[in-house]
Amino acid sequence: MSRMTSNLLDEAIGIDDSTNLSPLVGRLLLVEDCVETSGAFVLHHLLKRAFSSPHSSNAVIFVAFSQSFVHYDRVLRKLGCNLAAQRDSHRFFFLDMLTVGCSDRSGKETDEGVLVGLYCKIQRAVSALIQENKRHVTILIDDIPLLEVAANGSSNHVLDFLHYCHTLTSEIGCSIIALSHEDVYLDIERPLILQMEYLAEILIKVGPLATGIAKDVHGQLTVLNKPVGGLQENLRNRVHNFQFYIKENGTEFFYSGSRA
Amino acid sequence: MAATTKPRTSSFSRNLSSAHSSQTPGLKHGPNGTTFISSGIPDLDKILCGGFPLGSLVLVMEDAEAPHHMLLLRNFMSQGLVHNQPLLYASPSRDPRGFLGTLPSPGTSKDSKSRDSSAEQEKGLRIAWQYKKYFGESQESVNAIDGKYEFCNDFDLRKPFDRHFFSGKHVECVSILDSSSLSTTLDRCATFLSQVPRFGIQEDFITWMSHDNSRNDGNISSAGRIAIQSLCAPQCDHSNMEWEMLSFLRSLKSMLRSSNAVAVVTFSPSLLLPSFSKRWQHMADTLLSVKAIPDEDKELANLLTGYQDMVGLLNIHKVAQINTQVPRILEATTFSIKLQKRRFLVLECLNQAPVDGSTGSSYGSTGSCSGSSKTGSLDF
Repeated sequence: MSRMTSNLLDEAIGIDDSTNLSPLVGRLLLVEDCVETSGAFVLHHLLKRAFSSPHSSNAVIFVAFSQSFVHYDRVLRKLGCNLAAQRDSHRFFFLDMLTVGCSDRSGKETDEGVLVGLYCKIQRAVSALIQENKRHVTILIDDIPLLEVAANGSSNHVLDFLHYCHTLTSEIGCSIIALSHEDVYLDIERPLILQMEYLAEILIKVGPLATGIAKDVHGQLTVLNKPVGGLQENLRNRVHNFQFYIKENGTEFFYSGSRA
Repeated sequence: MAATTKPRTSSFSRNLSSAHSSQTPGLKHGPNGTTFISSGIPDLDKILCGGFPLGSLVLVMEDAEAPHHMLLLRNFMSQGLVHNQPLLYASPSRDPRGFLGTLPSPGTSKDSKSRDSSAEQEKGLRIAWQYKKYFGESQESVNAIDGKYEFCNDFDLRKPFDRHFFSGKHVECVSILDSSSLSTTLDRCATFLSQVPRFGIQEDFITWMSHDNSRNDGNISSAGRIAIQSLCAPQCDHSNMEWEMLSFLRSLKSMLRSSNAVAVVTFSPSLLLPSFSKRWQHMADTLLSVKAIPDEDKELANLLTGYQDMVGLLNIHKVAQINTQVPRILEATTFSIKLQKRRFLVLECLNQAPVDGSTGSSYGSTGSCSGSSKTGSLDF
């Protein structure tokens, strides 16, 4: 299988380096978007990356609150990645929280119960994957505000849940990729987003183009990559700014003004 | 439906938007395996590149001081009635059924108004011998004259539907005023959606595509419409239960995804906390907002042509992205709502009025100041 050509986003996150077997291990990557520009394409891109790397030890647990499997499957197919096949080969666990979380509302489950149940599922899936020698497990959460809705607004429970998941990253070497909405938390004093941003080693902010609507640019990205292990030389290239254009079969990333 | 319209199972899907519409009235195939129903406003369908995709949640942000969202709701509901699609309407009023009396009936904006009156008499002469069979016992649908339904009709806002028109239709009305209304409404939506033939999983989708004619029996065509008006209205008991409302929306969205129906929910963002308003907006697949324009706004009147005919502004914030990751870049996001002949709803791009040189200093001065842009190129 040929390696995909890396792009600006991969370089900024640090997953372009083929010598580094698992660049995201133990890290938390937070994607923030807003109403005007959805950040879902970053998740799709990273999901595809997780499966297209030559290391078959990659596995993904997808906690999906916002879309159904059909949607992700169709989108990823166009990116050249068959989720159904990956699921059959036990590399892809899909936790459909969109339908499951809602259908049992008659069951009178407590707010905490939903998240505890979800965490148990994740933990079980992770340990099963580790036993199958899938060393690098990625937990994808789409998205945090809907997780809050599922927990009926109890942000403490959501934080607990995220901390538990975060423990997995240090204990077993999982990585977490989560999508959140920046504008939801803009005007209120909420510990949730601050804690998330503090925990996150890589922060990707997606927003509309600052200069207004353009025909061939969908928006701009800011990638904040916190240095690992306090290496000083990394500080220089910490913040990356570039723009993107989303297509069905991939996303183009380019520096502002550099597009032909 | 023949094999030509069957979706491919490979990763390459044919763009079916140009293909002929399906046999079910009021449904149209879109790209990425989606199916559109009409919003009831021809211009809005055009702007949204087809209409509302089935399975999507449409949120409309109200103007707190004007009832412009009702225009969208009425046309959406009327279009459903014309296509014989089951309809669920929920509103914070005590008697939601009363709203049905205000729904506009289809008319034709192309012809002059003489058509409505003359069609009655001429029908017997011109078309009765040939097309009599297409008129049922009721003659309400002008668009049925040529034997097939149009995807989208023009609606005459001054001509309400006749009462008897609702008799054979599947129309449910729910009041969302009471305290337990959210869960009740959700249950009503669930039962309503379960009566609409559904498709869900991909494999089923194909069989659904090939069998939809057989399932399309009786009065129920295969697309449902849910219209919920002013979900967070302050007179509702649930209006201070922010998380319950969000949870309602989430459940509604999840039910919609697995059925072929569209829900249009209007809400007033000013009644919600800003952060919750944002959460609602994120929930939407298609997000629109309407705004009234002030009667005597001299500045705007100078700036825009046709200001006198405008009744309001429509903003498009989000267009549904189902089964795709590519967002649509629209030509414009703000449109003016106008009433054509005081009857038909039309949307137009905002046009800046040309300011003539004698009065307007702005146009002339910028032309000379920023000479590099226009006059500069002429120098070469």
